This record gives sequence, structure tokens and C-alpha cells, in this order.
Amino acid sequence: MADSHKPFFPSFKDNPVAAYSAAIAIGVLLAVLPFVVGSQGNAWVRILDFALLYVMLALGLNIVVGYAGLLDLGYVAFYAVGAYMYALLASPHLSENFEFIARTFPDGLHNSIWLIVPLGAGIAALFGVLLGAPTLRLRGDYLAIVTLGFGEIVRIFMNNLNSPVNITNGPQGISNIDPISIGGVNLGKTQTILGIEVPSVHLYYYLFLALAIVIIVLTIRLQDSRLGRAWMAIREDEIAAKAMGINTRNVKLLAFAMGASFGGVAGAMFGAFQGFVSPESFTLMESIVIVAMVVLGGMGHVPGVILGAILLYAIPEVLRFVAKPAQELLFGFELVAPEALRMLLFGLAMVVIMLYRPAGLWPAPRHRDTRRAAAAPDPDQLPVLPSTDAAATGGALDAASPNGKIGGTR
Amino acid sequence: MQFDILLQQILNGLVLGSVYALVALGYTMVYGILQLINFAHGDVLMVGAMVGVTVVGVLAQSGVPGPVLLLIALGCAIPVCVLLSLFVERVAYRPLRNAPRLAPLITAIGVSIVIQTIAMIVWKPNPIVFPDLLPTTPIEIGGALLAPKQLLILVVSALMMIGLMTLVNRTKLGRAMRATAENPRIAGLMGVNANQVIAATFAIGAALAAVAGVLVAMNYNIAQFSMGFMLGLKAFTAAVLGGIGNLAGAVVGGLLLGIIESLGAGYIGDLTGGFLGSHYQDIFAFVVLIVVLVFRPSGIMGERVADRA
Repeated sequence: MADSHKPFFPSFKDNPVAAYSAAIAIGVLLAVLPFVVGSQGNAWVRILDFALLYVMLALGLNIVVGYAGLLDLGYVAFYAVGAYMYALLASPHLSENFEFIARTFPDGLHNSIWLIVPLGAGIAALFGVLLGAPTLRLRGDYLAIVTLGFGEIVRIFMNNLNSPVNITNGPQGISNIDPISIGGVNLGKTQTILGIEVPSVHLYYYLFLALAIVIIVLTIRLQDSRLGRAWMAIREDEIAAKAMGINTRNVKLLAFAMGASFGGVAGAMFGAFQGFVSPESFTLMESIVIVAMVVLGGMGHVPGVILGAILLYAIPEVLRFVAKPAQELLFGFELVAPEALRMLLFGLAMVVIMLYRPAGLWPAPRHRDTRRAAAAPDPDQLPVLPSTDAAATGGALDAASPNGKIGGTR
Repeated sequence: MQFDILLQQILNGLVLGSVYALVALGYTMVYGILQLINFAHGDVLMVGAMVGVTVVGVLAQSGVPGPVLLLIALGCAIPVCVLLSLFVERVAYRPLRNAPRLAPLITAIGVSIVIQTIAMIVWKPNPIVFPDLLPTTPIEIGGALLAPKQLLILVVSALMMIGLMTLVNRTKLGRAMRATAENPRIAGLMGVNANQVIAATFAIGAALAAVAGVLVAMNYNIAQFSMGFMLGLKAFTAAVLGGIGNLAGAVVGGLLLGIIESLGAGYIGDLTGGFLGSHYQDIFAFVVLIVVLVFRPSGIMGERVADRA
């Protein structure tokens, strides 16, 4: 979240004292947060853990949708790939079903996190390229429906690959997955650190927080890199980007691969945290929720996407706890089942937020022009078409385009 | 490979495909004019099925003959779906006409969730049985069997498609629709009221969806709050397969998808030596879609090559 050129955060260069003290304050706040929230029960810390997982997922998808403007409705496939990879590499499932694995690894498969995180990122990235390669020529909604289909294909395979060879254990899913241990510290058990008892959910919180911060820093750094600008150029106008010498094929594939790798890491963490994975966790609805997080928060804008992820995940969860007592207070009895109420409010929130803030809750500030004016002209800077033009010619995938009436219907 | 089994699979596929086609027309019409994936379309279909099954349930004991009852069910489902669709268009889509492209998509998904949840609260989560309203003795065609209700689905959807084609190609409203799809601004200059045309498009799509909903519930003897989602998705796939925005394409895509699914489910076991079973049925739709789009990025009958993204 420490970021140097967003207006809401003091600049490290111009105002180092304010910036560092703000960063330290946020750091201390995030560090004690699980203990504050945990005083009400560990279920609340669990919500924090999942919120962080969704932050990672949303930021990963933000690269594909927000930066490169490629609408991906099957993002959950990469999450699933990461989760299943961890489940297979750190559970007795493969040894039980394949004799040669049991023979090679008599103690079972228990792999270190230092192997699993890069592997999860790598395999998911491979799947990202696998999805990206055939869809390079597709545009807009054609791409959306193909990615959606890809997500469904992955889920259906996971649901059915239990016969004739049992790889994924079908709908029952894989259980008995090892918790993560780092340097001999098992995150699955309560540990005593400096005399303080730290429960497992808290330990995972710190791990997820660390990973989320790494991903946040990476995406922010990517945004103004050569690659990030190439993505945004493609988002604004693919043909113009090509004309400027961007290798659109490679750059698009990289967007898919990098977005997918974040999803894969988040998936591996999910598998370890739950100790259980099944195809049910990777439905289309999940993909849609992640897209909604990115769009509702503010496409392409890292703080907005983080906000979107936290809001969309946390609010329905909090409602789960609040809905029943609130209804009993209001009507004297439970009028609507909490689960239904939760979905209802979730759907309504999506509609209402989009109606009142079509560019998202916290859209990217239109800082390009101001920064360009402030800094000396940068010869490397790619010419980005003003998004007003893009909107007028059919509406671009651009969070920043103004919501002005253009005349006619579009 | 016996011929009668093949024929049976093709017939089943045609029945399934004509339902897909009916729903796909609704998607493709809206897309053609607004470039919006109306995710709530499948749920409008579900509401149609639910209204139909409720009407049938209420009147089941009254002694009204089955076919008449079916007509009454359709007569109730169509207006409910049309009103629902018009309401959604007015409240959730119209204010977002000029918004960034993904905003209406997210709203559409939100509307879909809201409709599904309300349906779950109103009609309860459990599936509701749709009784047999037509005679159940199947008709034999060349060794394959066709139930009267399946025949009805084929006939009704064919009639509705012909009706829609006539409407779009021969009437004033249809001309206005085509003009708006082509270029809304110029159409507006020529005196076409875009709001009315778009509302009419939603209404027509909803009527088709209502009919499809009742027919599907009748065919499978069941209706449930979640039935619209997957069906809607398949229908949208069909629309994209045929070339989205193209009415004939939606029909071709729907029928093709139905036949492919039916044949695929029937023969995949034999083709792969029993490795993959019929539970992979849902994969075909998507695999075919990806393969077709790789070679024809704008669908089988799509002509628009221009960048609309």
C-alpha cells in the first residue's frame, strides 16, 4: 500500500518524513489488526485471511482486465490450478492412488513452501499462456465468453478426473493437505512467539499479508514500467499500439501469464489454509465475483482494486453475522434466510455502485496528463490516445473515460 | 453405430438446440443494439418457467385440459417476463448507456444475482415438479422416438423464429431495430426513438425467454431458481458461436450446439474407449466454441470485422 505517486499518500521523495511515518503507522496497524479483531473470535481473523486472498486474486486479475483491458471471466481457473497443485503435492492423495509415487516417496509428498510458491506461480502462468494463445485474435466479449468457457472446462475436468485414473478425487475433493511450514514453524498450529500465543489463523494472516504486499508492490511497479505502458496502450487502442511497435502477441500473453501466476499463488495459499480443496470452490460465480471486485473498486487502479476486494468479500461475510440478530430486532423473527439476504444485498450493491459510480468506487486519477506536464517529456513514453476518443468510438475498456452524454444512444 | 440411435441423438439435439436458439435470439438482439451481454436473460427465462409452473400448480385440480393449461401458463409467463425485463432495462441498463463498457456488464451480473435470490426466496430453493400436460405416447420416426412435448418444442420454436425474422426484416419496428444496431446516432437523426426501440428489443427477447422457460420446464418436468444460469450461458455461447448480433447466426449456433452436445454425450464414451464419460457433456459447448473462434474470430455467420471492443 506504500506507493509513491498516488495523491492520497505522501510522496517518499518530496516528503520523506510524512511518507515513512504514514507507512510505519499503516504497518503497525496491519500488524496488530488480527489481535484486535481476534479478540471477538478467530472467525473474524479468518475473514481477514480470506480478504487478503481476494486482494491477491483481484490484483492478479487487475493486470489482465485493468491494465491490458482483456476481459477474463475464467480467472478462477488459475486459482484452482494453484490450489490443486498444492493439494496434490502436499497430501497423501497421490501416494494412495499411484504406487510408484508411494515407492519413490515413502514418507509421502510434503513439499516446502519455497518450492510450492514458485511452482504454483509457474504452472498457473503456463495455463495462462495456454488460455491466451488461442484467444489472441479475439476481442471484447468474444474473449469474455471463451475465458468463461476455459474456466468451466478446468472445473469440469477437476470434477470428473477421478476415473478411470483418480487424479483429482472428483467432487469429493482432496483433503488432509499439509499446512504450510516456514523454516520449521508450522503455521497450522498455535505458536508461542516472544511469549505471545499466536493462533494458526493469525500466522496465516501474516503470511498472506506479506504475499499481498509483494503483489501490491509488483503491480504498482509494473504500472509504470515499459510493459505496463504497453498493456495500457493495447487497452486503449490495439491497432495503434501495434503501429507503435509493440509486440501485441507477446505483451498480451505476458498479461495472461502474470495475472495467472498471482492467481496460482493465491490458490496454493488457499489450499494450504483450508486443508481441503474441491471443485465447488472454483465455480463461475467465483470468477464473476473477482471481476466485480476489480470493476467495482476501479479498474487499473491498485488502491481501488484493493478496496473493491476487501469490501466485496468482507461485507457479505459481516452480514452473515449481523443479518440474523438485525432481523430479529427489526421484525421480531427471521424474515429472510441470512444466505439469501447476503446474496440479495451483494447483487443490489453491484447494481447500485455501478449506477452511481460507473468507473468504480475509487477510479484511477487521470494523473497521466498532469505528470507529463510536470516532468520533462519522456521520449520512451508511449502515446496513449485520450480516452474520450475511445469512448466516443464505441466505448473503450477504460475506467477513466468520462461518463458524459455523447449524443444518440452511445 | 446404429442409425436409429444416431437419429435419436440428432432429434434430441434439435430439441435442445431449438431451446438454445430461442434464448440465444434474446441475447443476440440486445447485444446487436447495445453491445451488452445481458446476463440476466437466463434468469428472465427462469422466472418464466417459475410463473408457468405456479400457474399449472394452481389450476392442476380445476379439470382444465392439459394443452389449454399450457397455453394459460404461457399467457401468464410472457407478460410477467416482459414487464420484468422492461423494468430491469429502465432501472439498471438505461442509465449506463454511455458508461465505461464494463459497468453495464457488472450491473447485469448484479441483476442476475438479485433475480435469482428473489426467486429462491419466493419459490423456495427446492425444485418444483412440472406435471405432464400432453399425452406421453412417443411418436416413432425412422426408429427414433419423439415425445409429443418435444415435437411441440420444435414446432413452437420454429414458429417463433419465423415470426421474429418477419418482424425484424419486414416491419417498421424491425427496420428501426436494424437501423439502431447499425448506427444509433444516425438512426436517431432519421427519427428513430432509440429508447422505444431498445425497450421493444428487451420485451421481444423476454417474451422468447418466457416461452423457452415454460418449454424447458415442461420438457424436463422440473423448474428451479437456478435453472436459468447455465442455460443462459449455453445460449450465449450459441449466440457467440453463430456470430453475435446476427439473428440467423443465433439460430444456427443454437441448433448446432444442441446437436453437438447431444452427439458428444452419446458417443464420447465410444470415441475415447471409455476414458471420458457422458458427464463431460458440458465441455463440448465450450471446446467447440474455442475451436470455432480460433478459426473464425467473429463466429460462424458474423461479418463484422471492425474493431468494436
